[in-house]
Amino acid sequence: MKNIKDILSERIMIIDGAMGTMIQRHQLQEADYRGDRFANWHKDVKGNNDLLSITQPAIIIGIHKQYLEAGADIIETNTFSSTTIAQADYDMQELAYEMNVASARCARIAADTYTNNNPDKPRFVAGAIGPLNKTLSLSPDVNNPGFRAVTFDEVVLAYEDQVKALHEGGVDVLLVETIFDTLNAKAAIFAIKSFFQKNNLPELPIMISGTITDASGRTLSGQTLEAFYISVIHANPLSIGLNCALGAKDMRPHIEELSSIAKCFTSAYPNAGLPNAFGEYDEQPHETAHIIEEWAKEGFVNIVGGCCGTTPDHIKHIAEEVSKFTPRALPVIGL
Amino acid sequence: MKTQIKPYLRLSGLEPLVVRPETNFVNVGERTNVTGSKKFARLIREGLYEEALSVARQQVESGAQILDVNMDDALLEGVAAMTTFLNLLQAEPDIAKIPVMIDSSKFEIIEAGLKCVQGKCIVNSISMKEGEQKFIEQAIICKNYGAAVIVMAFDEVGQADTKERKVEICTRAYNILTTQVGFAAEDIIFDPNIFAIATGIEEHNNYAVDFIEATHEIKQRMPLTKVSGGVSNVSFSFRGNDHVREAIHSVFLFHAIKAGMDMGIVNAGQLVIYDDIEPTLKALCEAVILNINNDDNGATEKLIAFAETVKSKGKETIKDESWRKESVEKRMEHALIHGITAYIDADTEEARLKYNKPLEVIEGPLMAGMNVVGDLFGAGKMFLPQVVKSARVMKKAVAVLTPYIEQEKEDRRNNKSLEQNAADEKGPAKILLATVKGDVHDIGKNIVGVVLGCNGYEIIDLGVMVSADRILTEAQKHQVDIIGLSGLITPSLDEMVHIAKEMKRLQIDIPLLIGGATTSRMHTAVKIAPEFENGVVHVLDASRSVTVAGSLLNQETKINFLRDIKEEYDKLKLDFGNKRTAKQNISFLEAQQNIAAIDWSNYLPPVPTFTGTKIIEHADLAEIATYIDWQPFFIAWEMHGKFPAILEDEVIGKEAKKLYEDAQVLLNQIISEKWLNARGVVGFWEVKKSGPDSISVVDRSIQLEFLRQQIKKAAGQPNVSLADFIHPTQSDYLGAFSVTIEGIEQHIKRFEEGLDDYNKIILQALADRLAEAFAELLHQKSRTTYWGYVQSEEMSNEELIKENYQGIRPAPGYPACPDHTEKYKLFELLGGETATGIRLTESLAMYPASSVCGWYFAHPESKYFGVGKIDQDQLTDYAKRKNMDIDEMTRWLRPILE
Repeated sequence: MKNIKDILSERIMIIDGAMGTMIQRHQLQEADYRGDRFANWHKDVKGNNDLLSITQPAIIIGIHKQYLEAGADIIETNTFSSTTIAQADYDMQELAYEMNVASARCARIAADTYTNNNPDKPRFVAGAIGPLNKTLSLSPDVNNPGFRAVTFDEVVLAYEDQVKALHEGGVDVLLVETIFDTLNAKAAIFAIKSFFQKNNLPELPIMISGTITDASGRTLSGQTLEAFYISVIHANPLSIGLNCALGAKDMRPHIEELSSIAKCFTSAYPNAGLPNAFGEYDEQPHETAHIIEEWAKEGFVNIVGGCCGTTPDHIKHIAEEVSKFTPRALPVIGL
Repeated sequence: MKTQIKPYLRLSGLEPLVVRPETNFVNVGERTNVTGSKKFARLIREGLYEEALSVARQQVESGAQILDVNMDDALLEGVAAMTTFLNLLQAEPDIAKIPVMIDSSKFEIIEAGLKCVQGKCIVNSISMKEGEQKFIEQAIICKNYGAAVIVMAFDEVGQADTKERKVEICTRAYNILTTQVGFAAEDIIFDPNIFAIATGIEEHNNYAVDFIEATHEIKQRMPLTKVSGGVSNVSFSFRGNDHVREAIHSVFLFHAIKAGMDMGIVNAGQLVIYDDIEPTLKALCEAVILNINNDDNGATEKLIAFAETVKSKGKETIKDESWRKESVEKRMEHALIHGITAYIDADTEEARLKYNKPLEVIEGPLMAGMNVVGDLFGAGKMFLPQVVKSARVMKKAVAVLTPYIEQEKEDRRNNKSLEQNAADEKGPAKILLATVKGDVHDIGKNIVGVVLGCNGYEIIDLGVMVSADRILTEAQKHQVDIIGLSGLITPSLDEMVHIAKEMKRLQIDIPLLIGGATTSRMHTAVKIAPEFENGVVHVLDASRSVTVAGSLLNQETKINFLRDIKEEYDKLKLDFGNKRTAKQNISFLEAQQNIAAIDWSNYLPPVPTFTGTKIIEHADLAEIATYIDWQPFFIAWEMHGKFPAILEDEVIGKEAKKLYEDAQVLLNQIISEKWLNARGVVGFWEVKKSGPDSISVVDRSIQLEFLRQQIKKAAGQPNVSLADFIHPTQSDYLGAFSVTIEGIEQHIKRFEEGLDDYNKIILQALADRLAEAFAELLHQKSRTTYWGYVQSEEMSNEELIKENYQGIRPAPGYPACPDHTEKYKLFELLGGETATGIRLTESLAMYPASSVCGWYFAHPESKYFGVGKIDQDQLTDYAKRKNMDIDEMTRWLRPILE
């Protein structure tokens, strides 16, 4: 079976779309989230999407299959918030590890089914590592700019736990995504490196995806795109890219810049436009796909897909549009 | 079409910095470095981070492209200071835009810094001085944080000085980093060591050439790497002559940059333009830097001769005698501010004849002059050594007037009523000072006395080892207004608490000031202040004593001042209480399971050349003097900063240099006229481990007991005890020493009689330095000769001060073995008082005060550490092992128990 690196040199690969949007369609209630096991949990857990990998695995596997059916080569595990730090909101920090393992298994089952049906198009599982609800570069207290709600060591510990569980669950790559504070991402990279070094295991490929929050072209923690790139490239990632916050239209200049400076593969999975007055995304699949098609034509990208508001339909359209183009060639490194 | 990406050094803050071949020399801002900038160090020490940030901002505004941040100061908690400063810096986009260079000799501080910065940093620095394994470990950590590294050309043998060694070490480091660690070549920056040239020692003449040629060779062999360095070192022998130094820097950089040097820590504002250097000076600099025509130091001497002409020109202008033409009042003021004693006797006599009464001269021109001194000192425009010199002038003037004042009193006594006399004699406020019982250190107390004396207070100094009873009797007898207590060793803290309790019992309503190296605001707030309600104030240093005394002696401000202090201390006490519950200790048994992991399998304990003791009656002071660590000498004078950089400090450099020169003069006199005698004893014994924390001395029926760290450590970090450095099963060896500098008393007395506090304090500080230097020298002799476990050891004094050698010499009562009472055993082993004449006081301080003692441990992994706080379980076990009463043991170990 071909490995992901070989495939990336041959064609543009497709990563899946939004998990949250798809879960919303099921209109799950508190009791659905709890299942039998957490029927008596002392806190409300509705909205804890990552928990569904334990309580409603069939729904999660079903969503993965819809994306695979639409043509996704890479599917992301349902683990955006599966860290001891993020799960503390639900008092479920003890369950973070289990969530990661369960989510990785859901994605694994779905991906393997499709790979077995068509070994010529192998599917990959990316262990999603989200940005946390606490940041290392920013103070939550405006009167005390030196204050931090969490320490680097605590973040590393949380991420290392997540990496270990995702590895145990059998993911193919690790995806550090939606990075709005680069220092959190550096802690995640540190955790990944330490985990594999300590356990003397071959390192899984790392994908990195940052988030440019506004038109100024900077991350929330204030870095320019190039500064961000320089700060995380030591991860020696398989790919670096952008996701979330912006729709494809607004992401274009940034993905163009990134493609000119990145020495690894590039990725981009924008939101389905910008949210409307009701917080819903209404950019249509063919609209998103049309913009991304142009990126492919220009040779900016190696991996594309969707973030908030995108659906299997979006992914299907994107996959069809970009299949006509060759991927961005890896740059030559040298003096 | 394929994009091409060049392997350049890429760094980032909020914005990128790419070092391309066409990039000019990259300036690294050096002022946010506590070892280089007195101002920055003070701001950090005082917690004035807002202002410290403004130093960083100025650096950025004046063109720094990278910010070097260094918090290596013995008085700072480096990890905390680095973390706080960098966290705050992240909130300042105009500073955080440039990359940070995290600079420390302690890797834990570097790591703390790396945890705060989202951008790609430079680590300054790592090296192979502790071997390849440590180097690789640290490099991997730096890589995991995504930092570029500066690698010093330093290996197990030492710092590279020749071109060949520099290139060899850098190449070796490069191969390790790129092949074993997987470091990107462009992320490696070499610092091939810039050393001082033109020192008069011929071996040094080629140092600049060695650097330049090594740079060239390194860039040829490893073209993707970068070369950096600390430029000001090269001109070190011309310190004090900025004109020549700046020219040397410029010429040096001109050649070094041509050879491939990419970046450096420089004071950009102080660089002259190469083309602007006067041709004669430029030619001389070129010859010295490139080591041309320099046989028998020819070129060096020409440059020195030229430098002298520049220097003497400078001096002529300083020796301005025009102030002698001013009025007598102005002249006295000038003499006081500048500490000039040459004319003070004559000027005072002139003033006495001019004024009606001799007392008016004191109250008039002299006090006016001292007020100016006080104001300048308060404003940070004068420094302690100057103030002490001013005091000397003041004392001399008063000495001229005293006989006349006495005569007047006598006359009045004959003419007036007794009541009138009493009223007349109510003089200035009185302050009593004493070093408490059991303690012998008094430099700090003497300085406080001088400074307060300068501010018009009458000082009653009871000296050292003063009992509570005597302090309180004298205080009442003289009706003093303030009592000030000083102490340096930890048992003195208890004595101070005792005095406070006594004052309460005897209902003495006099404010109590607490000072000295071992004291702290926290200890004062938690332990002393609660014992005495009429005002207890901790005074950080002599400069603060003036404002504190002023606030306490003014009845209007006193109430508010004491109320504020009380609130502050109550809060500290409360915080302390809260913190205590949060501390995390493990049980003593667990700690004993987690000992320092030393691989003993291939270790053969080295056998000393003798066992028993060897006494040195008269050590060579001249040799000892070359081992002096000057930094603490300046700290004694409240001048903080790294030596020798302090001599060039923009704020205090000038005064530091004067003080240094005066100290050199006195030091030479001490040596040539044999004022002092250095005595010492060193001994070695076969020992066996007799318990996890016990070591028994074979044939001597003495068992030494050590304390073990009990704090909860990170995984893989041991809970260390000194006992861990002794072989667990086989016989091993342990050494001990004590040294002292004797004979200071008569000289102190002479200076006191000559009203010369300035030289008295220099002498005391020098004696302390000599004792420490003797300990350093003896330790080196022990390593290379007596014990002989190191065959050759080529180390500069600087490296010795940095403790780069193998083995340690911890002293009982200090962090690694905080129990003072083990000193009894140490002295017994070394032959008691008769060996060196050192006496132990009841608090186990050593007299003469300039004395040092300690244990020697030889194992390569033995290192200094702090035991930290211990729990009751260890205390109980320790007391039992020492066969000491638990209450007694508690008293001695109090500082580490709470």
